[in-house]
Amino acid sequence: MNDLSNASRRKFLKAGAVIGGGLVIAFTVPLVKRFSGGGEAAPTAPAAAPVANAFLRVGSDDSVTVLIAHSEMGQGIWTALPMLIAEELDADWSRVRVEHAPAAPVYAHTVFGMQMTGGSSSTWSEFERYRQAGATARALLVQAAAQQWGVAPADCRVENGVISSGSHSARFGELAEAANALPAPEKVALKDSKDWKLIGKATKRLDTPEKITGRAVFGMDVKFDGLLTAVVARPPVFGATVKSYDAAKAKALPGVRTVVQVPSGVAVVADHFWAAKQGRDALAVEWDLGPNAALDTAALKAEFQRLADTPGLAAAKAGDPAAALKQAARTLKADYHVPYLAHAPMEPLNATVKIGPDSCEIWAGTQFQTLDQMVAAQITGLKPEQVQIHTTFLGGGFGRRATPTSDFVSEAVHVAKAAGQPVKTVWTREDDVRGGYYRPAYLHRVQIGVDDKGMPSAWQHAVVGQSILVGTPMEPMMVKDGIDATSVEGVADSPYLKGIAAHRVDMHSPNTGIPVLWWRSVGHSHTAFVMEGLIDELALAAKQDPVAYRRALLKDHPRHLGALNLAAEKAGWGTPLPAGRARGIALHESFGSIVAQVAEVSVQDGQIRVHRVTCAVDCGIAVNPAGIVAQLESGVAFGLSAALHSRLDFQEGRVQQSNFHDYVVLRLGEMPQVDVHIVPSTEKPGGVGEPGTPPVAPAVANALAALTGKRLRELPLRLA
Amino acid sequence: MKLTVNGTAHEVDAPPDMPLLWVLRDLVGLTGTKFGCGMAQCGACTVHLDGTAMRSCVTPAAAAADKSVTTIEGLSADGSHPVQRAWAELDVVQCGYCQSGQIMSAAALLATNAKPTDADIDSALSGNLCRCGTYLRIRAAVHRAAELSKA
Ligand code: FES
Ligand code: FES
Repeated sequence: MNDLSNASRRKFLKAGAVIGGGLVIAFTVPLVKRFSGGGEAAPTAPAAAPVANAFLRVGSDDSVTVLIAHSEMGQGIWTALPMLIAEELDADWSRVRVEHAPAAPVYAHTVFGMQMTGGSSSTWSEFERYRQAGATARALLVQAAAQQWGVAPADCRVENGVISSGSHSARFGELAEAANALPAPEKVALKDSKDWKLIGKATKRLDTPEKITGRAVFGMDVKFDGLLTAVVARPPVFGATVKSYDAAKAKALPGVRTVVQVPSGVAVVADHFWAAKQGRDALAVEWDLGPNAALDTAALKAEFQRLADTPGLAAAKAGDPAAALKQAARTLKADYHVPYLAHAPMEPLNATVKIGPDSCEIWAGTQFQTLDQMVAAQITGLKPEQVQIHTTFLGGGFGRRATPTSDFVSEAVHVAKAAGQPVKTVWTREDDVRGGYYRPAYLHRVQIGVDDKGMPSAWQHAVVGQSILVGTPMEPMMVKDGIDATSVEGVADSPYLKGIAAHRVDMHSPNTGIPVLWWRSVGHSHTAFVMEGLIDELALAAKQDPVAYRRALLKDHPRHLGALNLAAEKAGWGTPLPAGRARGIALHESFGSIVAQVAEVSVQDGQIRVHRVTCAVDCGIAVNPAGIVAQLESGVAFGLSAALHSRLDFQEGRVQQSNFHDYVVLRLGEMPQVDVHIVPSTEKPGGVGEPGTPPVAPAVANALAALTGKRLRELPLRLA
Repeated sequence: MKLTVNGTAHEVDAPPDMPLLWVLRDLVGLTGTKFGCGMAQCGACTVHLDGTAMRSCVTPAAAAADKSVTTIEGLSADGSHPVQRAWAELDVVQCGYCQSGQIMSAAALLATNAKPTDADIDSALSGNLCRCGTYLRIRAAVHRAAELSKA
C-alpha cells in the first residue's frame, strides 16, 4: 500500500542525498542565503528546520523545484508562481517541479502577514517576491559560470536552463554546487516587461498529469499504516451541545475502534470510512439544543426587514440624501434578497492528524496554514513550530477551507488527541451542507432619487446581514468602528455612489447564531447583484440603453469603461438576437480587477436558460492568460449555481437542505458558452479567482428583465 | 470476497453492503476514485463495472464480486487513454477532484458512442458535477477524445 509518510520521507531522503552532494541552491528572500536543510543532519531532524526554507531549489539534475506558499485549489497558482520564478531564472520550463511549501513564517503572505490563500491575492502578492527569488538564483548561477570561465557576468547569456558565453556552456545543474558557495547578491534587477518570455504567455497547468490519472493526493487520499478514520456526529442545531450519548450500538459494529467526545460532538473512530459512518449513524446522542432551536429563515427575513428601517452604522455618507430624495424628480424603492449558501467544494472537508510526544503532523487541504498551526499547538500543548502541516491539493476551497476558527482542522486534532491514535476525520456531504460557515443571507433596502434626466441624485442604502469577521481573531485587524468592510464592499466603495453627491450606506450586522464565512467573492457575491440590478432598473426607467447609461455614470473611471466597452463590443451588444432571447450586462470591480459580462438568456418551458456569457476582464498585467480564462469560466459557473439554484433554509433551527439533490448546483447541460476577453494592461496584477463570480447573477437578471419586463430582485432567480 | 480491480485479483474483507467506493479507497488502497456525495448525485465515484459506468458510492461491494472493476488508475498505464490525452490537451482540470469521475464517465460514453453530439455528452455526463465549472472544457475534450480515438 502506498504510504504517504514513507513517500514524503523518501522524497526527503532524496533531497537529503542531493544536499549531501552540495548540489542544491536554496535561499530565502529577502536575500539571506540558506542551505535547504543541514546536510547530513537534515534527514534525521524532520520536525526542525524544514528542508525547504526557500522558494526554489535547483537540483544537480537540472530540475527547478518551486515551493509555493499558497494552496492549489483549482485556481492555478501551482502554475502561475512557477512562471514568475522561471521567467527571471530563464529556466527550462519542462524541468520545473512544484511542491506546496511547509507551514513556516518565511511563507507568510506578503501583505496579510500569515500563510494563507484567499482574497484572489496569490499572484499579485507574490509578483515581486517570486520574481526576486528567480532573479537571485539566476544571478548566482551566472556568477558561478563567469568565475569558472574567467569572463564577466555581463558576457553570459541564460536561456532555457543553460548558461553560455562564447564557446562555454553549462546547464544549471552543473553550476548549482559552485553557485551555492557564493554569497547572494544584495540586489538583483528584474527584467523589463518587454523582455518577458513567460509572463503574459498562455501556459498550461503543471498539475494536469497527476489530476487525470488519479495520482494527485487530496486531503481525503492521505493514508499510512495505522491511520484510522473518524466521522463525527455534530449538533443538529448550531450551538447545541452534547447532553449525553449512548455508543453501545456503534461500538458493536465491526471495524469501529472507539467513540470519543470532542468539543464539536461525538466522533466514531474506525478502521475505515464506512465503518465510521455506520457507527456515527448508530449513535444515540441527546443534545441540549441551546439558543438557536427556533431559527427560521422566514422569521429572519422579517427581522432583517425591520432592521432595514432603523438607523445603522454609516459605512459611507455624503451630502444629505434624505433632503435630496425629497427634491428628486422620481424615486425608486427596492428590496433585494440573497440566501445563505454553502460552498460545497467537491471534496468534502477532512483533515488527518498524527500526534507524537513532541510533534503534531497535519495533512490537510487548507487555505489557512498559520492559523491551523496555532490552533493545533494550543490543543496539543505544543509550540507552533512543532506542528507540521503538509498541504495537500484542495478539492476546491471557495473560502470554506479558510476558517478563522480552523474548524475542520481543529476538530481533527481534538479527535486524534482523544483517540490517542492517528486519525483522518472525514465529513460527509450532509455534514458539509449542514455544517455552517455559510455565505450570509442579506437584505438590501434601497431608495434612489433621480433627476429629470433619470440620472441618480440621491441614494440611500441599507445593508442587513451577518458580519463574517466579528467574533473572529481577525476582527481587531479588519473591523473598523464596527464596520465589517466585507459586508458592504461593492456598495460603500462603488464608483456609482462616488459620483452621487448625496448618498448614505447604513449597515446592520445582526447576530443570528449561524456560523458564516467568506464564499467566493465575499461581499461582492451579493453587492454586485444589487448594484448592477439597480443601475439597470434606473437605465430602463430612464428609457436609456443600459450600456450607454453605465458609460455616462462611469465617465471618470477609464478602466471600468474599458471592460464595459470590450464586453459590449464582443457580445454584439445592440445587434439583433433570435426571437425569445435577450441580453443583459453587468460590471463589477473586486479584488483589484474589473469584470464586465453580457449574458444572453431565454426562457424555455418556464426555465431560465443562459446561452452565452461574454466576459471582459481588466486584471492588470495578465500573468497567465490561460489561467485567467479558466478562472473566469469557473467564476461564471460558480455564480450561475447561486443565480439559478442554490439556497439554504432553516426551520426549527435545522438546515433543510443536505446534499446535491436539494442543494442544487450547476450541471454540465446548463453551462453556457463563455467567451473571455482580457483588456491589455500594464497596471499591477489584480485577482482573478473571484472577480468572475459577482457580475453573472445581475447580468442574467438584467437579461431576464429585458426579455420578460419582470425585475427579479431575489436569488436564486425565480420566474414565478 | 474476491474482487478484480484493474486486472488484479484482490481478496478483501468487506461486509457485503459496504459500497464499492470505500472498498476501493480504504481496503484496496486505490484513492483515485473520489467521494463527493455518497448518494449517486455527483459522479465523483464513477468506475467501470464490466465496462459500464457505475456510481461506486451506491454499488454494494457484493454486486462487483464476479465482475471486472476499472478505476481511473486502470484506465491506462500512463495517462495515454484518448480521454486523458484530450483532457491534457485542453487543460481541463482545475482543483481536479471531480475529474476521475468525469474521465471515467467520458470513457464509458465513447466506448458505446464513437461520435457523441453535445446533447449525448450533456446527458451522459449530467450526473458528474464540477464545482470548479470546467464543464465547457469537459464537453470540448470529449469531442477531442472522440477524434483521438479514431486516429
Ligand atoms: S460520491 Fe458517488 S455519485 Fe457522488
Ligand atoms: S475540477 Fe474542481 S470540481 Fe471539477
